[in-house]
Amino acid sequence: MKIHPRFLVIPALVAGLSAASAADITGTVTLNGTPPEEKIIDMSAIADCSKQHPEPVKTQFYVVGANNGLKDVVVCLKNVSKSTGDSAAPLVLDQKGCEYIPYIAAVQTGQKIVIKNSDPVFHNVDVIPTQDGNKPANKAQAPGAPDITISFPKEENFLRFKCDVHPWMFAYVTVVDNPYFAVTDKDGKYTIKDVPPGKYTIAAAHRKANGNKPVEKEIEVKPDGTVVDFTIDLPK
Amino acid sequence: MTRSVSNPWLHRFAVLTAIATFALVGLGGLVTSHNVGMSVPDWPTTYGYNMFRFPMSQWVGGIMYEHTHRLMGTIVGVLVVILTRWLGGRPSCKPLVFVGALEIVAGCALLWLAPNLRGTGHFLWGVGVVVLLAGLVLIRNKPAPGSLVALGWIVFVLVQVQGLLGGLRVVLIKDAIGIFHALLAQFFFVLLCAIALFTSRWWQNLGEKVPQLTDRGGLRRLLIFGTLLIFAQLMLGATMRHQHAGLSIPDFPLAYHKLWPPTDPASVRSYNQHRLDVEETNPITAFQIILQMVHRIVALFIFCAVAVTAWKARRNLGSRHPLSKFSVLWLGLIFFQIILGAATIWSNKAADIATAHVMTGALSLVLGALLTIVAFRVLIPVRVAAIQRAETASSTVLAGKPVATSAK
Repeated sequence: MKIHPRFLVIPALVAGLSAASAADITGTVTLNGTPPEEKIIDMSAIADCSKQHPEPVKTQFYVVGANNGLKDVVVCLKNVSKSTGDSAAPLVLDQKGCEYIPYIAAVQTGQKIVIKNSDPVFHNVDVIPTQDGNKPANKAQAPGAPDITISFPKEENFLRFKCDVHPWMFAYVTVVDNPYFAVTDKDGKYTIKDVPPGKYTIAAAHRKANGNKPVEKEIEVKPDGTVVDFTIDLPK
Repeated sequence: MTRSVSNPWLHRFAVLTAIATFALVGLGGLVTSHNVGMSVPDWPTTYGYNMFRFPMSQWVGGIMYEHTHRLMGTIVGVLVVILTRWLGGRPSCKPLVFVGALEIVAGCALLWLAPNLRGTGHFLWGVGVVVLLAGLVLIRNKPAPGSLVALGWIVFVLVQVQGLLGGLRVVLIKDAIGIFHALLAQFFFVLLCAIALFTSRWWQNLGEKVPQLTDRGGLRRLLIFGTLLIFAQLMLGATMRHQHAGLSIPDFPLAYHKLWPPTDPASVRSYNQHRLDVEETNPITAFQIILQMVHRIVALFIFCAVAVTAWKARRNLGSRHPLSKFSVLWLGLIFFQIILGAATIWSNKAADIATAHVMTGALSLVLGALLTIVAFRVLIPVRVAAIQRAETASSTVLAGKPVATSAK
């Protein structure tokens, strides 16, 4: 059946208006306190790993940038179930230099995570969820092996990926049931795009500082955007 | 009680198998101490390779510990099959051939009918080939005394169960199987050491060299109690280690600077926030903290129980009695084990120290078990001794001879 163009006008207008009224939430997360020294990761026992790092590799527990901006904080809207994970672009988790890159990430429920092995060594991808419904897995990945694709149906904070061959290798992926999340950059800045205006609860969680008890705020997202800053206290 | 066979080579082979098993326990301990039990996700292959053909250049990191543990497990398995064949003598050939053939058929059937159990299928037919070959060996040796043959069959079954458990722990990703695998290893090691004892000349001559005495101090019960307490402690230790949470309490002898640490949610959250280890382990829980405290308390109980045992042995049997000497050795081993436990904490669970702690625990259990076995041979309960004296006295009176004074 042929649809007359006039019948497409109203749906197009509605879509356009929705897009036009969706706004961004931006902000900065800062750390209150002086973090402990990062520890050096000793890769010397495995030459194929150590030779990829001319400089010492350190842990990334608290990566603090300009003006105490805190990296790797997952900021997301709470209690919004609107996952578009099935159609979202996959998150790429790469094993390179015997490290997971990125170390902290976030995805939607049902969104694919593609795990690559860019190293000349064997890795095993050991996935250790804690939420019922998210299945554990442990898969071998030889150098040059096909990518491993995995997804999770349930929300979970800082779901752990590890490599048991290289016991310092970890990544943490927060699974959120909506597309409104971001991970802060090296200066603690984040942007959550295309949030429909309205009232929400927004939470900021840093794995070591407050992973079990995120900082939450009640906000109202305006059509022209909203700025929400967080301060996370260093644990005493 | 089991009497030994007079075949020194059988005894030496049993000792070799026990030593190999002790090394296997150590390698397994290293796997868990380094937290690399999942570093080889497939089984019985290794990253898709036949495990005997995995390139040595790739034996790195966690793979080195897990892969060598599996290889050593294979060696122990072969040694145990040979031991079973040797103990069982010629009559064991048919059962071994039957079991081997059955395992080959079962393994192939699993490969065909249950593709998701491929690992188990490959394991079964591989083991079956070894067992079948052992049964086809044509040496016509006589079997050992009945109970030794039975022990041989028990370890034959257990070593295969152990292999299966180890593989399933990996492919099913189940920590609980890992705990059972660890505990069964300790029990298996005790049985092998018992076989080594029963095949020894020392055991054979024990009745002549050490007269039977009355167990006035309740030594047999004390030895059973101490040994069972050690096994319970090993259960606690295995449960702690397979939480994969590292040290739930980072200091000793205090616990988070207190005699008893707070375990409320806020405190536990704080403990986790302050843990900054390169090898990021699972977060700790209140249960794990309490588990470690119980482990520390049981260690004290074990020390007291073994100290009392050693003291009573010396007092009632004299310092030159084998039970007295070995009880003192047992006490020394427990003391050393406590030092190792403290060192495990002070070193932030250094893998070599933690593994030494596991191996010393295994030795403590074995020594307790063997002392118990020896005690049940050389000591008789008070009431049984009284009955024996009465019988001796009445038969002496009937024969018109003076009544002899009884043993101590």
